[in-house]
Amino acid sequence: MTRHTTRGLLGAGALLITGALALTSCGSGFDDGGGGGGGDAGSGELTSSDDALTVLIGTSGDAETTAVEDAVAAWSEEAGVEATVQVANDLPQQLSQGFAAGDPPDLFYLATEALAGYAGNGSLVAYGDQLENKDDFYPSLVENFTFEDEFYCAPKDFSTLALVINKGLWDAAGLTDADIPTTWEQLATVAQTLTKDGVVGLGFGPEYQRVGAFMAQAGGGLVEDGEAIASSQENVDALTYVQGNMTAGTFAYSSDVGAGWGGEAFGKQLTAMTIEGNWITGAMTNDFPDVQYVVAELPEGPAGKGTLQYTNCWGMAADSPNQQAALDLVQYLTSTEQQLAFSEAFGVMPSIESAAEQWTSDNPDLAAFLAGADYAQGIPTYDGTADVITDFNAQLEGLKTGDPQEILDSVQSNLEAIVG
Amino acid sequence: MTATATAPRRARSPRSGIRRGEAAAGWIFTLPVIIILGVFLLIPVLMALWVSVSDWSGRGSPFSSAVGFVGIENYAAVTTGDGLATRDFGTAMRNNAWYVLLVVPLQTALSLFLAVLVNGAVLRGRGLFRTAFYFPSVTATVAIMVLWLFLFNAIGPVNAILAAIGIDGPNWWADPSGILHNALAAVGITDGPAVLTQNDFLGVSWWNWLAGPSVAMSAIILMGIFTTSGTFMLLFLAALQNIGPEIQEAAMVDGANAWQRFWRVTLPQLKPALFTVLTLGLIGCWQVFDQIYTGTQGAPGKTTLTPAYLSYDAGFLDQHWGQGAAIAFILFAIIVLFTIFQRWVLRERPVSRRRARQYQLPTRPATATPATVAADQAPSPPDPAETRGRS
Repeated sequence: MTRHTTRGLLGAGALLITGALALTSCGSGFDDGGGGGGGDAGSGELTSSDDALTVLIGTSGDAETTAVEDAVAAWSEEAGVEATVQVANDLPQQLSQGFAAGDPPDLFYLATEALAGYAGNGSLVAYGDQLENKDDFYPSLVENFTFEDEFYCAPKDFSTLALVINKGLWDAAGLTDADIPTTWEQLATVAQTLTKDGVVGLGFGPEYQRVGAFMAQAGGGLVEDGEAIASSQENVDALTYVQGNMTAGTFAYSSDVGAGWGGEAFGKQLTAMTIEGNWITGAMTNDFPDVQYVVAELPEGPAGKGTLQYTNCWGMAADSPNQQAALDLVQYLTSTEQQLAFSEAFGVMPSIESAAEQWTSDNPDLAAFLAGADYAQGIPTYDGTADVITDFNAQLEGLKTGDPQEILDSVQSNLEAIVG
Repeated sequence: MTATATAPRRARSPRSGIRRGEAAAGWIFTLPVIIILGVFLLIPVLMALWVSVSDWSGRGSPFSSAVGFVGIENYAAVTTGDGLATRDFGTAMRNNAWYVLLVVPLQTALSLFLAVLVNGAVLRGRGLFRTAFYFPSVTATVAIMVLWLFLFNAIGPVNAILAAIGIDGPNWWADPSGILHNALAAVGITDGPAVLTQNDFLGVSWWNWLAGPSVAMSAIILMGIFTTSGTFMLLFLAALQNIGPEIQEAAMVDGANAWQRFWRVTLPQLKPALFTVLTLGLIGCWQVFDQIYTGTQGAPGKTTLTPAYLSYDAGFLDQHWGQGAAIAFILFAIIVLFTIFQRWVLRERPVSRRRARQYQLPTRPATATPATVAADQAPSPPDPAETRGRS
């Protein structure tokens, strides 16, 4: 018996020693990164070195990858700092791995819903106030990337939702430009006119990211002035309006007609109208080139115009050894000229006001998207918002038979837990 | 007397003689595996265990001085409390429990059935069938999930087939309603009794625990059965081929029909294989991740959310690493408990006396008194052997 115990102890000891060795070798790597970055994030001064930059992007396709690669290469030559672009296949996961290992990319695409988590744990530098073109960004976008009163990162571009109408079905139903809906009543009417022969009048994704536009038009939203307002009467009105039209069969979720998202349902002509962002233009050109469509602003609700906006920013890692150069690169990438080039390459809208006029004259058919920038609502940036919205979406899937007040009450209690 | 008793034969030192040095050699040969398992398995597990009881935020080393010990706070956040974290965990547990409850028995039964089928000597083209049944197991889950998403689309082939026989198929991937609730609704019950709806466990009311898998989850359950039964068929097949024909023949001589031979003779001999299949099935079913990650990500209505996916989601997407690790360890505990329980159920038991008597010829115990023998044998006719003995 004793002999076995001794052997067991020996074995365990060997394992522990091996483990300790493995840990120290890893540990030194962790500490280099973690220790260096922590101080910088606090002091607000950017690090500077000769290190090369890495840019991690989650791309929508080859067009975007090439455009970003070209832009970064052009800057690299001009600034004399080496920079490489990496394409992530799962951006949130690869970012998390980079941060945990203390070796994150210097610059990366950062979604609004991820901002709070990374800013909260000190992974990001709040460099927004040091941007030379800070005042050029749309204020609502700046607000989107402000966490605990600090402007963290430069919005790289943005999109808004608008009403996309199938020209062929519209004309076939005897509707004209004058019929393009500007109020909820008109929207319901045209949706009813268009609903026939297996086509649903208006289809959109089963999520807050679409239904939320109606909440904005009713004067509601999720958070206002730091208070959760999910269960407000305005939101209840919005959901009731959507629910009523769904029951009538004139509105439908894309999933109800067997499509993955609103654009697919629209492209396959399962719905005559949809609510989507300007990314739909790419999908239409690539997948459904024969479908003619027009883009109109979303109709007004009881509280006027309203839409939602989506944006990403150029996040900068607190652990980056060369933040000065990274800041310079961000300024280059968000300049008027460069943003217009990106817009031409892959259809996004510039995040700066100085490029708006040029963009509108370049894309007259899509003007409705940019017009939305004036009244668009962003997604709240509290830690845990993503979970609340996921939960909200889960309940919205059952909106047709659900109770709007009950759904919104649960969202309210979830929001109250993270706001404040 | 005592002196002889305390002189054991094994007093010879193990470090002497021909076997000296074997221990060292043993350690040297096993060292690579110990190091590999230690570095890539044991240490990461211990690190995760630490993360689950710390407030590590996902930045830098979890062992840096800035990371503090928070005890069972992370575990408490997902199991007690009335917030979203608990409700999500409860929902995920509910979904996965139904998945396990349906997939494990069905895949075991199906794989056993397939194994018996392809084991039959009369079947033509056995090799082809064996390959065909095993094929889904070789294909990546991700590929099959993509196929499944297509097959079970609202206007996909499955619904087209259902429509052909007059059934209006559900919108599989968008239907969050539980199938048990649907069945109850069909007979007019749409609201549960207050005792079920008013009380909850892990933030999910008992009524919702009893909702059954959602329509979307049912499609994933079918997929689970489809992909794994081939692997388990192979295990059963190996076990079946290990059973010698003589026992079957003996049973035939005794007059057992095919049905009896399967239940009374074959199945008991498959117990080790059955144990393996059930254990692997239980472990696999509690760890459903690939399908959810590539396919539904919890939608619709969180009814395909599983603890494994929730753990990933909490860590990588929400930066709540402690909670993610805690969920992983709760899952680990559940798997261990289920395995132990299953081992206990399938343990080797002595044949019950009542059952044993069916197989035994009546014999007279040596110690039996005439009185007990008489009591035992009273209803039965006199044993010929006994009568002969008496005469």
